[in-house]
Amino acid sequence: MSQPAGSEPQTAPDQAGAREPSRSRAVHLAQVLFLRLGVLPFLLAIAVVVFTAMSDNFLTAENLVNVVRQSVYLMIVALGQMLALLTGGFDLSVGTIVALTSVVGASAMASVAASVPESVWLAIALGCLAGIMAGTLVGVCNGIGVAVFNVSPFIMTLGIASVGFGIALYMTGGVPVYGMPPEFGSVFGFGRFAGVPVPVLVAVVVAGLAWVLVNRTALGRYFYAVGGNVKAAHLSGINTRLTLFLTYALCGFVTAICGMLLTARLETGEANIGASMPLESIAACVIGGVSLRGGVGRVGNVILGALFIGLVQNGMNLAQIESYLQTVVLGLLLILAVIADQLRLRVIAGMKD
Amino acid sequence: MGSATPTPLVECRQVIKQYPGVLALDRVNFQLLAGEVHVLFGENGAGKSTLISLLAGAQEPTAGEILVRGRPVHLHSVHRARELGISAVFQDFSLVPQLTVEQNLFLGAEPRRHGFLDRKALRREAKHMLDRLGFALDPSERVQHLTRAQQQMVEIAKAFRTQPSVLILDEPTASLTERETEQLFALIQAATARGVGVIYITHRMSEIRRIGHRITVLRDGRLIDTVDAKTTSEDRLVELMTGRVISEIYPTIPHAPREIILKVENLTAASLSVRGATLEVRAGEIVGLAGLVGSGKSELARACFGLDRIASGRVWLAGEDVTGLVPRSMLQKGFFYLPPDRREEGLVMMRSCRENMVLPALQQKPLRKGAFLSIAQEQELTARLTRRINLQPAKPERDVAHFSGGNQQKVLIAKSLSRPVRLFVFDEPTVGVDVATRAAIYRFIGELCEGGAAVLLISSDLPEVLHLSHRLYVMYRGRIQAEFAGADITEQNVLRHFFEREAA
Repeated sequence: MSQPAGSEPQTAPDQAGAREPSRSRAVHLAQVLFLRLGVLPFLLAIAVVVFTAMSDNFLTAENLVNVVRQSVYLMIVALGQMLALLTGGFDLSVGTIVALTSVVGASAMASVAASVPESVWLAIALGCLAGIMAGTLVGVCNGIGVAVFNVSPFIMTLGIASVGFGIALYMTGGVPVYGMPPEFGSVFGFGRFAGVPVPVLVAVVVAGLAWVLVNRTALGRYFYAVGGNVKAAHLSGINTRLTLFLTYALCGFVTAICGMLLTARLETGEANIGASMPLESIAACVIGGVSLRGGVGRVGNVILGALFIGLVQNGMNLAQIESYLQTVVLGLLLILAVIADQLRLRVIAGMKD
Repeated sequence: MGSATPTPLVECRQVIKQYPGVLALDRVNFQLLAGEVHVLFGENGAGKSTLISLLAGAQEPTAGEILVRGRPVHLHSVHRARELGISAVFQDFSLVPQLTVEQNLFLGAEPRRHGFLDRKALRREAKHMLDRLGFALDPSERVQHLTRAQQQMVEIAKAFRTQPSVLILDEPTASLTERETEQLFALIQAATARGVGVIYITHRMSEIRRIGHRITVLRDGRLIDTVDAKTTSEDRLVELMTGRVISEIYPTIPHAPREIILKVENLTAASLSVRGATLEVRAGEIVGLAGLVGSGKSELARACFGLDRIASGRVWLAGEDVTGLVPRSMLQKGFFYLPPDRREEGLVMMRSCRENMVLPALQQKPLRKGAFLSIAQEQELTARLTRRINLQPAKPERDVAHFSGGNQQKVLIAKSLSRPVRLFVFDEPTVGVDVATRAAIYRFIGELCEGGAAVLLISSDLPEVLHLSHRLYVMYRGRIQAEFAGADITEQNVLRHFFEREAA
């Protein structure tokens, strides 16, 4: 295997390398980066360069902290979405889960606060519990449909998205829910702990738990195995139905946490938040290298994917790009990421031995 | 071969194919003459598949020349190769499962009338074609409802449709029954008589002898030799292929039967693919299960393991009634079933070898501590298994998809060692595996048996079950037709029960 290296001096890269060593090395490095990490590093680099050129305020420490703070909501949902993607499905109802969590949580919190005004923290705790339980319940419904009745994740989560959204609107009549104790918003929406915004801390905890779940627990390994080859997983003695059920239940739970955080930030319960979550969370995952075919994906990359989307939205805001156009850019980025992923798989498939 | 007088149909001169990091073909010369069956022989990863993919236009060479009828050509697409009369049947089927047989046969060349599809002509021509080839297929059947063997026939028919002058067949008989294989051989002979050149890839020695004229042996991407098919001995071929002498492919395994491990009583599957089957497997013996594809031999094991529903009958494992338990429980009781298709059911291709090997063992200690996994224990177990199955290169963190077929099969087999097992059921353990890996797998099965395990070996490869089994059951149409032991296990005895014998 070693002798042909010397016997084929005719190959083009060698010649180019002789003339322009630094450039060819850069191209080679870019190729390796692309194969290893996917399209994300390139998109990040392009985004930073473009937005820095378009706005002086973009590349400042203050703004970048802002980006992180704004991105954590998407980040949390994307981590839930990742679980569904790992098993080869997806969850289109994450927007509904956020909305229903917000409405149920805010209503419960407001009514408890109204009946026992002296114990603010009891109201907050019960409200959060109610909201998160409502969101998790949506995930449980998805899980039952997909795992027990073999409904495709597409139909199941799409149908449930409509059901849940309808319930959220019906409960509120389409009007925001007021009456939560102000402490809820001031702590979980705008508060800081040791100088770090509370939502960021929550996101860090969720990300840490997600990393442990996916990399260090048997259940996490089952997600990959079931998504990669459900038959092989079954033959290896894995309870594939239970795994699928837990995937959607956990996705609902994680998304519900985001729902409560957003409610705290807005200081009202709203049925209309979260509409863009399904697209954005799937985009964050895919840009972060999670395979739509299941079985492949990393927590760290999904976090970067969510940060990237936050960065683009922030950059477009600073560059005063209209919000309608922003959704155009986001949709295109998602498609671009999928195309790049396929290119990458083709190159990798060609390297088989 | 010095006969350079006739112009070869196809010729490769000093062809190189370089993948990133891998030199798949290294200055290979190859000639295909009109009217010959030229066998490509070599281990998995030797470069056979790469060579035919260049000739079929699926890939382009990095360097070197390809000539068709003496003229240098540029085979930039499968379409271009077709135009030049080169037609290929690859192992991975190119059929649309949702379309019917006839629609698949004429895909891209549909008979038309006034710009619309002519369904009558389509049916007529498809029928005519299948009749001419002698394939008993219904042209209106959807491809997804066909068996793998039938799909293979459709694929072959499709290649014959365009009347090619060069036909490339990549292990075409892998899933065919003997009768279908005979039909295929007759077709090949008729084609070569018309002057068609056939490039034929196979691992089966008997086929090489039957239909081959010349054999080109590849190893590590290099041309080793081109030899005459009739006069070169089997041992010599194996030697050329592996670069070393393999005196014995099948090991001698002592027969020391002890207590009954698996006992199946009057088992009928809900699908009726198995009817009233009764058999037993003891510790310390290898029991073979032979029969045609679709005879129910695989289905029997799958029903026992809890993959297919059982209508009636009992399954006992070491004296315990385990009828109808799910695979998870079966594994816990020490019953391991190794599926026949590693891509389809065996491995999670995009995950690492380590994750695949330890997958069946994650339910329990020591790999699992509560809800958590011990990665250190996993790595230790993986290192041990990697040595045990002699995985080369020993890179357990690499994705399984990036390994060759033989290595993938080794990883699949390693899975069975990840936890204590007393009954191993191997379903086609050497499909699409080169001779060296095959010998290693046989030795491995032998060692398991000597270690006191019970082994049930299901195989469509007759020499394999004949040589390894201490006892052998033959199945036909879901029933166990015969049982042989020791010296009675001969090809004649077994084959007699492969086909019709229903009157009894």
